[in-house]
Amino acid sequence: MVHQVFIYVAHRDGQAADSALELLSAARILSPDGPVTAIVTGWGEVLDRVCQEMASRCPEVWKLAHQDLAYPNAEAVRKCLVEVLPSEAVLLLAHDTLGMDLGPGLSVKLNSSFVSDVVAMTAPRDGALTLVREEYGGQVSTHVSCDISGGAVLSIRSGAFPALEDGAPGEVQDRSSEIGDLACGRRFLEIVEAEAGDVDITKEEILVSAGRGIEDEDNIEIAEELAKALGGVVSCSRPIVDAKWLEKARQVGTSGKTVKPKIYLALGISGSFQHLGGLKGNPFIVAVNKNSKAPIFQVADVGVVDDLLEFVPLLTERINSQR
Amino acid sequence: MEILVCVKKVPDPAENEIVVSRDGSDIERDDLVYSVNEWDNYAVEEAIQLVEEHGGSVTVVSVGDEESDEIIRRELAMGADAGNLLDDEAFHYSDGRGVAAILAHAARRGSYDLILTGAQAEDAAAQVGGMLAAMLDVPYASLVVRVRVMDGKKLKIAREIDGGNLEINEIDLPCALSIQTGINEPRYVGIRGIRKTASVQVPVLGAAQLGVDPATVGEAGAKVRKLDYFVPEMGEGAEILQGSREEMADQLIARLKGRGVIQ
Repeated sequence: MVHQVFIYVAHRDGQAADSALELLSAARILSPDGPVTAIVTGWGEVLDRVCQEMASRCPEVWKLAHQDLAYPNAEAVRKCLVEVLPSEAVLLLAHDTLGMDLGPGLSVKLNSSFVSDVVAMTAPRDGALTLVREEYGGQVSTHVSCDISGGAVLSIRSGAFPALEDGAPGEVQDRSSEIGDLACGRRFLEIVEAEAGDVDITKEEILVSAGRGIEDEDNIEIAEELAKALGGVVSCSRPIVDAKWLEKARQVGTSGKTVKPKIYLALGISGSFQHLGGLKGNPFIVAVNKNSKAPIFQVADVGVVDDLLEFVPLLTERINSQR
Repeated sequence: MEILVCVKKVPDPAENEIVVSRDGSDIERDDLVYSVNEWDNYAVEEAIQLVEEHGGSVTVVSVGDEESDEIIRRELAMGADAGNLLDDEAFHYSDGRGVAAILAHAARRGSYDLILTGAQAEDAAAQVGGMLAAMLDVPYASLVVRVRVMDGKKLKIAREIDGGNLEINEIDLPCALSIQTGINEPRYVGIRGIRKTASVQVPVLGAAQLGVDPATVGEAGAKVRKLDYFVPEMGEGAEILQGSREEMADQLIARLKGRGVIQ
């Protein structure tokens, strides 16, 4: 049976998110010859712009305009998608903060299967799809089989699939008349921008980044001493901010800052995709971690498998003594 | 405010190296150190703080094996008022949908104003909270880093979105929220606290007590199944420095000099 394949397009300021073209290339695995439909929800002129942008790459674009969709409140988007999607549809969406909000509940309301944070998949066979996910912050991967006979909602990890470059252009269909009442128990109020810190890590060339392996607030000093010796500044991964050992503005990652240093020293950082998602510009990465299986060693240029609490002070001392 | 918090026992990522078992069917579970899933611990703390401020009670539930009562007792020691373990042979190998269905049945047994889950688990897929909310037909918000009670009928919440920006929403009660780490500072549970709840018998609820149709959960009801575990090939990986600590430090200094970091 051939499923109709859809992608849900996230967008901001009248531009489709980078994830949209990645979803199109993932969709092509599911439907090599069949049509793929891009769904864009929103309101006003920005919505039209995104629909036109998608129509240049995708054979069919469904425009769903409603005032309640001006901001992508997942509860309202879900109601809208439940009304317009055909039964047994396979829908791909990005595993981002909107996709995480929207996907699981949507799959329940559509009574279809759900797999999140997909990093790879193979063409469906006999009504089942085989996908790859990661567990334990990327330390191990799993093959997952998903019964898609009743449709599916799949959330796709950013960067896991290449952006589709040769998509054929198509038409925008305005399906807004199919939208019913979108009133829901959750109302968007405003966005509060993250506070700026005393140091702008996005502008630094050398970052010494501390992770969970630093173990104690007092040990942050170890990272600071090394940063001083190298002429860089200290950044960190999420657990350090959660523990309130450093301010949020120092956090590298999708829920923190996107940095593009030349040199990145990851001290006791395991290297989850959320952390690496904030590291751009192909820096020279040095990883120090006592867990030789830590995913950070897959992406680092140089690795030291050792207790950072012992190794880093020694390194700092030797750098300083050479001046 | 009556609050239900869903928690899970997971291998503690800070204490374990996760290795694929020899036949690839699972991870190597001998000698693993387990703890409460980190996100769930923040959810329990948030519930306790809300009850301290606004009254009510905190109930903790976990879909897990017979040894998961240990994490329920830990949350009782932390300050939760009651806890149930949801365990039945029919629940084993449930997919996310199955776990959410079991929790939904547990939730319907009470009259909860607020249901909290962790935003994700170490070994799972950030899915149960949203599914549970949809099954119960209550509003949902994920990745919550701030909760304020407005007037007993609604909450003002902040979701953490890209770049650490906050998305502020108003949400009607009853509702379900998935809690992101960093929302609070979970209280320390000392050995004395653990001892105090060590003899508490955690009630176990199975399919019959919960009214769960065994065919809809567990392996029988799963539409999503794990086939195997593996470690992906990811290109070359890092050049791992060898030798004594001093030798590794000197090699690293040489690499950094090569990059112009150290003059």
